[in-house]
Amino acid sequence: MELFTPDFGLVFWMFVAFLLLFLALRKWAWPVIIKSIDERADLIDRGVEYAQNAKEQLDGARKEAERYIAEAQKQQAEILRDAAKIKTQIIEEARNEASVEAKKVMDAAKLSIEQSRKEAELQFRNEVSKFSIEIAEKMLRKQMASDEAQTELVNKLLDEIEKN
Amino acid sequence: MTSKFKHIFLLILAVFLFAPATLHASAEKGDGEKETMDVKEIIFEHLGDGYGWEVPFAHQYRIPLPVIVRAEDGSWHCFSSARLRELVVTKNEVTGKEEHHLHPVPVVLEDGGKKYTFILSKSEANKNKVVELMPLAADVQDKVVLQADSLAVAENKPLSEVNVPGYIKVDGQYYTEYKPWDFSFTKNVLALFITAILVTLMMMSVVRWYKRNNLKAPRKGSGFLELIVEFVYNGVIKSTLGKKAPKFAPYLLTAFFFILTMNLLGLIVIFPGGANLTGNIAVTLVLALLTFFMTNIKGTKHYWKEILWPDVPIWLKCPLPIMQFIEVFGIFTKPAALCVRLFANMMGGHMIVITLVLLIFIFGAFGAAAVGGVTVVSTIFSIFMLALDVLVSFIQAYVFTMLSTIFIGLAQEDGHHEEKKHHASVGADVPEAHA
Repeated sequence: MELFTPDFGLVFWMFVAFLLLFLALRKWAWPVIIKSIDERADLIDRGVEYAQNAKEQLDGARKEAERYIAEAQKQQAEILRDAAKIKTQIIEEARNEASVEAKKVMDAAKLSIEQSRKEAELQFRNEVSKFSIEIAEKMLRKQMASDEAQTELVNKLLDEIEKN
Repeated sequence: MTSKFKHIFLLILAVFLFAPATLHASAEKGDGEKETMDVKEIIFEHLGDGYGWEVPFAHQYRIPLPVIVRAEDGSWHCFSSARLRELVVTKNEVTGKEEHHLHPVPVVLEDGGKKYTFILSKSEANKNKVVELMPLAADVQDKVVLQADSLAVAENKPLSEVNVPGYIKVDGQYYTEYKPWDFSFTKNVLALFITAILVTLMMMSVVRWYKRNNLKAPRKGSGFLELIVEFVYNGVIKSTLGKKAPKFAPYLLTAFFFILTMNLLGLIVIFPGGANLTGNIAVTLVLALLTFFMTNIKGTKHYWKEILWPDVPIWLKCPLPIMQFIEVFGIFTKPAALCVRLFANMMGGHMIVITLVLLIFIFGAFGAAAVGGVTVVSTIFSIFMLALDVLVSFIQAYVFTMLSTIFIGLAQEDGHHEEKKHHASVGADVPEAHA
């Protein structure tokens, strides 16, 4: 039975010991420990959140970068296509211009050729007429050396006039 | 690895099988008086409190501790526990070995011309407690002596062996014993303070870590302690009490660590440990009382309302307060259960281990072979029991804290439905008032 009857002295000392321990720990230990645990838990939570955000941001950035790259590639392709178009256009234009120019040059050349030909023709005609006159003169001189010939001609001419 | 274990096992087996050789010699005394081992007394000595603490591995020497008593006339006395017992060395006639026994002797103190005598009682009521010897008046003394004479004749025993019930005989004189107020700094008290200091040191080591390393997680020992603190605080206290956790956490955490440390120290057999603290009903009683006070003093109005006027059909509470009786009874049974649960679990564990060890000595009478076998078996079983007790130590500390938390939590309910009802009735009253 001795085990089942609490000893008053021990009850007293137990109370004293527990009270002292409780007061000491309440003042110096538990608040610090609990605060530190909570603070660290918060810190870890924040760290995890930060990491998650960072990962999300990284993922977002990666996606954006991919989008930029895709866009850039599209733009590049477009630019290349445009460039090709412009090239052909320029070439076309150049060709056209060249042909126009060439035509112009040709026309001018034709014109000058025509002109030169005309000039040459005119000159030639003048030359020819001059030669023919000279020839005629020479022939006339030779034919008109006698007086009868001369009278015959005058008669003939006079006949012609009379006929008219 | 297995061969290593096998070697160790064989070594242990060999040691234990040889142990009975020495044991056998000491168990049997001369032919005339065969000393029977008082198993009950040994168990009770180990489980109970004591003045003085056994020096490790030397049962006959005790670390002296102060005995503080208040005598019958109200005077306080303090003396060393070493004076309560004297060491008697006898020589065993058969083996020729020296045997040591501690015999209680009276402590006589002179104070202000008055003599006070204290002695360790042998009576059933105050066994092994310090009692004050009260001298008898001369006529009573004569009467008791006459009674002793007649008893000696009736029981056919020499006068020196006769015990007159209710009286105590010291040096041929009879006295009555008076149980003084005993505030002695006993083995258990010392163990309590050692535990308290140990818990303080442990917790301060964790605090020191935080002071030094800011928010870094503690390592090694402090880390383990922090793990347990967190386990109890977040797992039990916070999840049960919620917002009110910081208010009760200091008490609950202190109780948890105090109980846990007491439990574990109790499992260590030598000096700083070995005191059966949580297996002592006084200790668990204080803990249960503290939970009782915490629960009821800090209890909310709703808690008391639920006890004094619970939500049950009116006939259960009005003419005969049946529910009130049950509820009030419940207030006391809850802490009582806490007290007895911890006490019985821890004491039971200790008792099983001691009994298993004592089996070896009990079987000492049956020869070396029996002892050898019993030694091996009971050693294995007591190791198993001690390992189990480590688990039980933790579980009981946890259970005590958890139940305390639940009891406190139940007394902290605000009764939201109550408030709602109140508002509803106020709302219903208003139109009536207007009408």
